[in-house]
Amino acid sequence: MSVLADDAFAAGQRPAKAPRRQPTGFGLMAYRASKGVRSPTPYLMLFGISLWLVAYWMLCEGLQLPRFEKIPGPITILSDWLSRTPAQGTSVFTPEYYQHIYVSCRRIAIAFFLATLLGVPLGLLMGWSKTIKDYTFPVLETLRPIPIMAWVPLAILMFSGYETPVIFLATLASFFATTLNTMLGVQSIDESYFRAAGCLGSKKWDVFRHVVVPGALPFIFTGLQISVGVAWFSLVAAEMVSGDYGLGYLILSSYVNSVTVPMVIGMLTLGFVGWFSSAAVRWVGNRLMQWHVKALAMQGR
Amino acid sequence: MVTTVPQSEIDIPATAAGKSRVELKNVSRGFGEEWDREEVIKNLTFEIKPGDLTCIVGPSGCGKSTIVNLVAGYDTPESGEILLNGSPVRGPGKDRMVVFQETALMPWQTTYDNVVFGPLLRGEGTRAEIDKEARRLLDRVGLGDFKKKYPSQLSGGMQRRAELARALINKPVLLIMDEPFRGLDAMSRPLMQEFFLRLFEENRRTNLFVTSEIEEAIFLADRLIVLSNRPAQVRAVIEIPLPRPRQFHMMSSPEVFEIKRQALEILHEEAMKSFRGQGARGEQVRPQAQP
Repeated sequence: MSVLADDAFAAGQRPAKAPRRQPTGFGLMAYRASKGVRSPTPYLMLFGISLWLVAYWMLCEGLQLPRFEKIPGPITILSDWLSRTPAQGTSVFTPEYYQHIYVSCRRIAIAFFLATLLGVPLGLLMGWSKTIKDYTFPVLETLRPIPIMAWVPLAILMFSGYETPVIFLATLASFFATTLNTMLGVQSIDESYFRAAGCLGSKKWDVFRHVVVPGALPFIFTGLQISVGVAWFSLVAAEMVSGDYGLGYLILSSYVNSVTVPMVIGMLTLGFVGWFSSAAVRWVGNRLMQWHVKALAMQGR
Repeated sequence: MVTTVPQSEIDIPATAAGKSRVELKNVSRGFGEEWDREEVIKNLTFEIKPGDLTCIVGPSGCGKSTIVNLVAGYDTPESGEILLNGSPVRGPGKDRMVVFQETALMPWQTTYDNVVFGPLLRGEGTRAEIDKEARRLLDRVGLGDFKKKYPSQLSGGMQRRAELARALINKPVLLIMDEPFRGLDAMSRPLMQEFFLRLFEENRRTNLFVTSEIEEAIFLADRLIVLSNRPAQVRAVIEIPLPRPRQFHMMSSPEVFEIKRQALEILHEEAMKSFRGQGARGEQVRPQAQP
């Protein structure tokens, strides 16, 4: 493409024009938006969403099939969700709804932060030093397969109140995913980079800083995306067992009180915040790893 | 010491400093457990003369990369010794720079950051001095406009040139190149060979060059060391009498043809041995009687 443009340029077929510089700020946003609108992606997304919505509506409200008659359809949910006076008590106008979102997000933020703070350094050390791995790996591998729900009684015994056990469970699940991925990330680094660093005169600490950490970053961020997902998963599970607020609590208490609309609203809200949180992790990762983004771009991805 | 302006294009002038002697004496290295041993190198003895470009050629899998690892100091011989200017090699060091088979530029650093990495790390010279030297070297290898690009954004040939710059900025006394042009396409390979020759001929820094291409070896080297099949031993040492600077047209002379014929004969013989060895796995491969 660019070669052709250069040739045409050389042949004088088009007026001399300064090469376009990278736009910044609002210009960049506008450029991306116009590029996005011209690609098939947004239309395919819209089509996919509407297909799903139609199928959902047909099942619950259109045909009212036998197993679906008790489940609120999309129109019932949307009209309640956006209503100032929701029939079943939860909508974007009720402050309680935001209280649930806030409490869950706060718990996730704390759990994810703690798990990253502990898991990334531990994973780096485990991948880097065989000795540290020998010490920790068996314990970690024994605890990791225990389903997070199995920890619930222990968490309630260990910590008092509603908040701490829930955060503990989310942290635990998130921690395992982060640690394991970080360790695998270090182990995936090609030996030749260690060798190159070695003959260039790196001390142990230099190797850690300049090879181990940047080399493991792509895996770390894949791990963090998984870990934020499992954090939500275990958070909701924990909130259903022990909680006073939060989206998991909202879903279960709605079910117990036989109000089905807030139940589905809670589920969809979880979907949106979960999506948002992993997109945020991905965004940070891409900011930190321009080299990786560019390497993938060179492969056409 | 009297301060002098360096004569050469590339760092230090052609003094004894850039010219080191490497000796391998009865070096052996094997891998695996006692009952499943693979002797890769056995009693290997040869010498790399100061200021020479010595090419090691041998059948694939004969232990060329093991020799590179030993000389570079990533690995230690089980017996025998490796001497660099008379003192034994212990561990990797900045005096011996390796240019790897597949590029080993740090993918998370820009081309420029890769080049300045070594000197900055060791704190040699001021930032400005290192910067000046890095820019000069990058210009020399034709990557002046690619300083801010990441290795993944460079072509294969550019990556090798960037790696050469990263090695040369450390002023090594020995440059070790492990099949550096492997994987380059047929167009850029001869270009890289010629570029590398000019770079070498500027100050004749002692060079150990490993390749599996006999033609490349003859074009570049002062001496060829032809290795046997595993365990690697020296089958022949062939002096290449071509004058320097080397030109492509020299490759069509009758003496080159004769050298090539000789070397290929040995390599073919060794390759056949290994081929037969693979065919009869578990059987003892009897060495052929030499005529």
